[in-house]
Order: sequence, then structure tokens, then C-alpha cells
Amino acid sequence: MTLINEVIAHYNYWITIFLMVSGLYIVVAKSNMIKTLLGLAVFQTSVYLLYLSPGKILGGTPPILDEGFTVYSNPLPHVLILTAIVVGVATLALGLALVVRVNEAYGTIEEDEIMDVVDREDHAE
Amino acid sequence: MEQLINMVLLTLLAVITIGIIRVRNLFAVVVLAGAYSFLMASVMMVLDAVDVAMTEAAVGAGISTVLALGALHLTKTEEAAPRFSAILPLFVAVGTGAMLIYGTWGLPGFGLADTPMNTGVGLDYLNRNMAETGIPNVVTAVLASYRGFDTLGETAVIFTAGIGVLLLLKRFTAED
Amino acid sequence: MRLDTILRVCTKLFIPFIFIFALYVQFHGDFGPGGGFQAGIIVAAGVVLYAIIYGLNAAQRAVPKRLVEFLIPLGVLIFAGVGVWGLLIGDNYLEYNNLSHGNQPHGQERGVFWVEIGVLVTVSSTMITIFYAFAGRGRQ
Repeated sequence: MTLINEVIAHYNYWITIFLMVSGLYIVVAKSNMIKTLLGLAVFQTSVYLLYLSPGKILGGTPPILDEGFTVYSNPLPHVLILTAIVVGVATLALGLALVVRVNEAYGTIEEDEIMDVVDREDHAE
Repeated sequence: MEQLINMVLLTLLAVITIGIIRVRNLFAVVVLAGAYSFLMASVMMVLDAVDVAMTEAAVGAGISTVLALGALHLTKTEEAAPRFSAILPLFVAVGTGAMLIYGTWGLPGFGLADTPMNTGVGLDYLNRNMAETGIPNVVTAVLASYRGFDTLGETAVIFTAGIGVLLLLKRFTAED
Repeated sequence: MRLDTILRVCTKLFIPFIFIFALYVQFHGDFGPGGGFQAGIIVAAGVVLYAIIYGLNAAQRAVPKRLVEFLIPLGVLIFAGVGVWGLLIGDNYLEYNNLSHGNQPHGQERGVFWVEIGVLVTVSSTMITIFYAFAGRGRQ
């Protein structure tokens, strides 16, 4: 019984770690640049979960003050993650703009093929 | 009951992530990422983070999907077959995950109110807010008033990203 | 009948409600979830929908490029300007306590109101500009 309670108590953290590790795997192992950027986005959302899950209080309510409620969930992580989400989309926009320019310069967005072109240019000099 | 909904939604998130890793058609990956953002917004609703859920749904499922589709339109839509085997990154990922899971064993359980996180500054803001600012939405009050400098920096970051994209992608034509 | 017609008519019906919803989210950010960021994204989504259905040229006639490029720094200036307003009264930078003749909650609400307007302007115009940049790059 306590094993099930432990699982329920820590499930949020484990899924957060799974998402974090999957994002890390996509960034490290995949060579397509757009997929790398989407893996980075997955990594960022796992960090949002990491901040938001401990702030939740069971039996509480969203942090909007009202007379009927006394227990509110912690508002501070929400503020930090709001900023993080918007900064994340700004980074994604810049990254995608860079990918478009790389595609125009090299004709491909696979890092392996770009490394081939760069190596060939290096050996030709 | 809340915990059950929470666990089911999180499991669905993990399944979609496996899809994002394995699928090679980038159009499908972008659509899966949009579904992932909507699920993440639902998880945030269950975690009582209503402002954050609205922002994640609008930004992640709205703008991110539009930008990724725009970039896909300008590049290729199929990922090439992997050239090298991915055993080493897989080991690194699994090893890191195992160490992190070992680390979370000592963290407080889900939803408790007496953790150091929930009895510190957050509780202080909840108690002081109505007397000092009169704004019922504590998240807006903290964002714009108590932590206003962070929001100024964030607006500057958005501005910088807009200028950066303009520098990279704008075509200067005769009428500009 | 081309299927285009259904899309165009439905979009024409939807777009005013999208903008009104964005204004609702902006001004009710004090009493429920919402605020400048969400409202800015919804405004940008409305313009993007118009551009997708009616074409980029029609959208750039309705919301010109130079206008949105001018609005991006204007939002940051509004935000920083509220801070300077606090300085001119004699308080610290970005202090809202005395913005409404000494009444502290009213001063706070006034400061938050103008700050959120600054955020709305910057976020919406930046997202529209980024969309125009991506969509306009494809045409040679």
C-alpha cells in the first residue's frame, strides 16, 4: 500500500524527469535542426512542470482571492513560469529564423550533411 | 480524484513525447507538438495554474505551431534517416534519468501545504496582496507590481527576439 | 460553390469576436486569469487567421508592416515610462503607490493597468511581425 502511495506522491516528478530526458535525447541524438528545436521546447515544458507541481496544494484553489476560499495554491511559481513560457517562444522564433537562413545557405537542415559540406570546404582550402 | 486525472494526463504526455521522438514526417511532429502543448495546458489547469495554462495554450499551441509550420514551409518536411546509431545518447539519457529519479525520492510528496516552498514568500504574497494592491488575481499583482522588474526584462526579451527575426528574415524591397 | 466561401464568411464572422475576446482577457486580468501576454497573443492570432484566409497582401493592407514594426518598441517604452512616471513623482522607479493621489490600492491598479497595456502592445506587434517575416520570406 505504501508503495502505491509513494508512486502517487512522486508520479509528477517521474514524468517530469521522463520528459526532460526525452528532450535531452532529441537534442543530442537527432540531427534535423527543426526536430532539435522541438526537443528543446519539450525540455522547457518539462522544467515548467518541475516548478508548478510542488506549488499545488490538494484541496486548494487557483490563486485568485475570493471570500469563499481560504487555501490557495502557491502563486510564485506561476509568475516565474509565465515569464519562462514567453521567453521560450521568443527563443523558438529566433531559432527557426536561423534554421531558415541555414537552409538557404546550405540547401539542407540536417547537421550531418552540413558537416560534410563544411569538411569538404576545409579540405579544399 | 484530482490525482487520478493528473496521472492520466501526464501518462498521455509521455506517450505523445515518444511519438515526437520516433516520427520522421516533420509535419506530423509539429502537429504532435501542438497536441502536446494542449495536454500540457490541461495538466496545468489540474495543478491550479490557470494563468499559466492560458498562456501555454495560446503560446505553445497557437504561436509556436504557426511559426514551426512557417519554417517547415521554407525548408524540408521529412527528416533524413539517422546516420549513426544512437546508443550512446540513449545511455546518457537513461543514466541521467535514473540519477534524477533517485534524487526525487527525498522530495516532498504531491500536494502538501507545509513544505518550505508553500510556507515562504508565496504565502507572504497571498497574505499581503489585498491590503497593498487591491488586485484579486495574485499572479497579475506579483507579475506587474511585486516583481515588475522581471516583467520589464521579459518585455525587453520579446522586443529583442522581434528585432532579431527582422534582422534575419526581412526582405528589404523598393517600397521599404 | 467553392469551399473557399465557407471559410471566408466564417472568418469574417469570427474575427471581431477574437479581438473583443483579446480586450476582455486584457482588462479582466485583474479579476481572473489573463493579462497582457495572453491578450497580445490572441490579437496576433486574429491577424494570423485573417492572413491565412484572405492572403498576406490583404492582411498587410489591413495591418501595415511599418505600423507593427513601429509598435514593437513602443510597448517597452510605455512600460519603462510608467517607471519614469514614478520617478517624476518622487518615488522609486516602477513604484505605483502614489500614482493616484496617495491612495495606495488605486495607485497600484493604475500602474498595473498601464504596464499591462505596454506588454499587450509589444507582444502582439512582435508576434505579428515575426509571422510577416516568415510568411514574406517565401515569395522571391
